[in-house]
Amino acid sequence: MMTTAAAHYTSTGLDNRKIAFWTFIGSECLLFGSLIATYLVYEGRSVSGPTTHEILNIPLTSVSTFDLLMSSLCMVLALAAVQRGDRLQSRLWLGMTALLGAVFLGFQAYEFTQFVHEGLGFTTNLFGSTFFTLTGFHGAHVFVGVTWLLTLLVRSFQGKLGPEKALNVEIAGLYWHFVDVVWIVIFTVVYLIQTTPLPAGG
Amino acid sequence: MRASTKEFSLMQPSAEEHDHPTVATYLAIAVILTVITVVEVGIFYVPAFAAIMAPALIILSATKFTLVVMFYMHLKSDHRLFTMVFTLPLMIASAVIVALLFLFGVFVLG
Repeated sequence: MMTTAAAHYTSTGLDNRKIAFWTFIGSECLLFGSLIATYLVYEGRSVSGPTTHEILNIPLTSVSTFDLLMSSLCMVLALAAVQRGDRLQSRLWLGMTALLGAVFLGFQAYEFTQFVHEGLGFTTNLFGSTFFTLTGFHGAHVFVGVTWLLTLLVRSFQGKLGPEKALNVEIAGLYWHFVDVVWIVIFTVVYLIQTTPLPAGG
Repeated sequence: MRASTKEFSLMQPSAEEHDHPTVATYLAIAVILTVITVVEVGIFYVPAFAAIMAPALIILSATKFTLVVMFYMHLKSDHRLFTMVFTLPLMIASAVIVALLFLFGVFVLG
């Protein structure tokens, strides 16, 4: 398959929009790298609870992780459908991706609400501050992704998302999959690998 | 300004991409990702894995990360420039994480 760069000249022979978006994703790596580093540096250093062991709900988060992984599958199926001009399938899979993204946000809203009810707020301790910042930034990215997907779905219903616009869907897909891989890392380092808290005052 | 036909044809080999994976490949990757996630959660709950939990989970997570990037984000079949543009900041971010963990005494040498 040739890129859409075949339709117009670029100095690299690649579509500039795709290069620009990969560069943006590279910058996002640095953003989330710094947020994850901050979380790890302060993990286990809270002088008061609640902490990771007491509050994280692994079964719930495992389901939301599966939900986000399946949304990535739906996204690639949507792209494949758009590329072959299958409007019905492309609408189905775009809609499914957005729906699974919205379900993930629902899980996150439920989790945040539970934490607040159990006494963990943004300023309660170091864990609360770093946890809400990291997962909140990720959730905001998911929200942007869901909005983007719904926009594409509307364009599809308007008949303006044919195979010639496949690159638009591919770039949205790159964003969505990046959000997915960030969650893969967060699920491991925040939820599954939990350090023993230091003694009070440590 | 449009390139001449000769110039344009010289440019095209660098722009060439291989076919994206098939739907069957996408489904197979989804199954593998699901299985790895189940194994990860299993490792978390089974006390026998406590000693190797952190390295095992990091390896499994890195495997999932790589599968999504290679097959769903198409880096396996796309032009190498995209891989470079993504990998360089990723390596810098990873180095920053490791450096900060050492700096703040999360990892202790010796």
